[in-house]
Amino acid sequence: MRWTKYLIWLTAAAAVYGIVYLLAHVGIVSRFFLLTMVQICIYIIMALGLNLITGFTGQLSIGHAGFMSIGAYATGIFVVTFGKPVSAALTELWGDRGVTDVAYYIFILTSLAVGALAAALFGLLLGLPTLRLRGDYLAIATIGFGEIVRIVLLNTKALGGASGLPVKQSVDWATAYWLMLLSVVLVYNFVNSSHGRACISIRENEIAAETMGINTTKYKVMAFALGACFAGLAGGIYANHMYLVHPNSFGFLKSFEILVMVVLGGLGSVTGCILGAAVMTIMNNVLAPFPELRMIIISVLLVVMMIFRPNGLMGATELRLPFRRASATGAEEGSGHDL
Amino acid sequence: MTSERKPFLSIENLSQSFSGLKAVANFSMQMEEGELVGLIGPNGAGKTTVFNLLTGIYVPTEGSILFRGEKLNGLPAYKTAQRGIARTFQNIRLFADLSVADNVKIAYHQHVTHTALSSMLRLPGHFKNEEIMRDKALELLKVFQLEDKAEEQAKNLPYGQQRRLEIARAMATEPRLLLLDEPAAGMNPQETQELMALIRWLRETYKLTILLIEHDMALVMGVCERIYVLEYGMLLTVGTPEEVRGDRRVIDAYLGEEVT
Repeated sequence: MRWTKYLIWLTAAAAVYGIVYLLAHVGIVSRFFLLTMVQICIYIIMALGLNLITGFTGQLSIGHAGFMSIGAYATGIFVVTFGKPVSAALTELWGDRGVTDVAYYIFILTSLAVGALAAALFGLLLGLPTLRLRGDYLAIATIGFGEIVRIVLLNTKALGGASGLPVKQSVDWATAYWLMLLSVVLVYNFVNSSHGRACISIRENEIAAETMGINTTKYKVMAFALGACFAGLAGGIYANHMYLVHPNSFGFLKSFEILVMVVLGGLGSVTGCILGAAVMTIMNNVLAPFPELRMIIISVLLVVMMIFRPNGLMGATELRLPFRRASATGAEEGSGHDL
Repeated sequence: MTSERKPFLSIENLSQSFSGLKAVANFSMQMEEGELVGLIGPNGAGKTTVFNLLTGIYVPTEGSILFRGEKLNGLPAYKTAQRGIARTFQNIRLFADLSVADNVKIAYHQHVTHTALSSMLRLPGHFKNEEIMRDKALELLKVFQLEDKAEEQAKNLPYGQQRRLEIARAMATEPRLLLLDEPAAGMNPQETQELMALIRWLRETYKLTILLIEHDMALVMGVCERIYVLEYGMLLTVGTPEEVRGDRRVIDAYLGEEVT
């Protein structure tokens, strides 16, 4: 019984994969569609990470793109440095066979892990000193972090500096899609556990949480490091898909865009931030031909949103399978009827 | 009282200043295990400050707090909670947007043994601990007659039930010493009566030691064995309810006289 829910979701996920795969194979969907799909996956992972920090733990962070760029550069450098030798060694070992491709794919997945871990490490390093700060002060510190990362990368010749770091494309939409699903499951499992509730209790009332025996510093840092880890993974996928990693792709505006996705979807809702990331990315891409109107339309939509659904599309609730009603401990059926 | 054993709780010359203002000055008190003690005094006398010092929210300027032989000064709040001191708040501090059950579960969190990673991967440790936690939470909610509200948001409970939930949540940390900060505030006489019975029952059942702040004299005089009276941050007197009630200084400072 415990696993039926997972099986249903897995089947749905596999069905989506199958349909897109078929359509792409027959040539019905364009490359632009697949690119949008990868972007949606990247931004969903980003939004999940930020939602852990801001939506669930209640720590306002506006430097999320900084973690993304660290992940992108760490992955990029790893692939650029070891890609050729590894590829050559594998070809020598097994020749031009399927095994070689599989082994190289594992190498690429390793590079993504490297990016995620590098970002998590920076999350830890940034979190330890700055999480004493509250609210606006933390936001300012994280903006500063994001900008410092960008400017350091921009001025480091060894990493390509202002001309960026070219990386071969080796991650397709399918990998991005499955990694996105993995991230969703991990984050959903985390927030629906005792440890996740410890994070949420900090958002709800920090003094009460501390008095009830929750080590608030530990959980804030944990949320920060985990959130950074997912941003690093997203950055790694970006590096392996977009051909070029450039510091200016991860500026302050990008951080803000991610925050808008999370707020749009609903702070503290996993399904909400999936929705928010998808809606924002699709809007950005569909409106790309009208650059002068794009920002106006998006801002108007956001203003309308904030008037009619101030808690975001989902509020703090989750989209649930309709037949699975409230259990003894699970949350109640959620469709965001919180107006 | 025997002075041979280590006292359960011993506060010596505790002082707390907020830049010049002495909220608590040279306060000393002793508690034996299993006692039910009251802390009374006029508003602003420093009662809640004593609670904040005991639970590690403030670091005392001077003096020492010994709890079961261990020094508590300077320990962060979550560590004093893990040593076995739990409290409720004068102004309710529930996790308002969370369900009643989750409020209690969070307080039980310090006892879980599984890691965050095993939760993310849904390993057996996660399910085992969550199950224990759910059972404990439901058990406590039953004691506090809140089990049918388990899924409701804490902020939607009526006031009296929010107060009860605060105590339930404190109990979920499995404390040895329970600090109640005005548990009867805003309750009607009927609810106060029920609360008194509940406090007595908790103490018997869980072998608790309880220290409570309260302005409702019926409750204080009814359940407490000894009463400490604070005024201007200083200890005015200490004694049994009868002694305190008859004390001239307490009547002048706090209780007041009946108009004839």
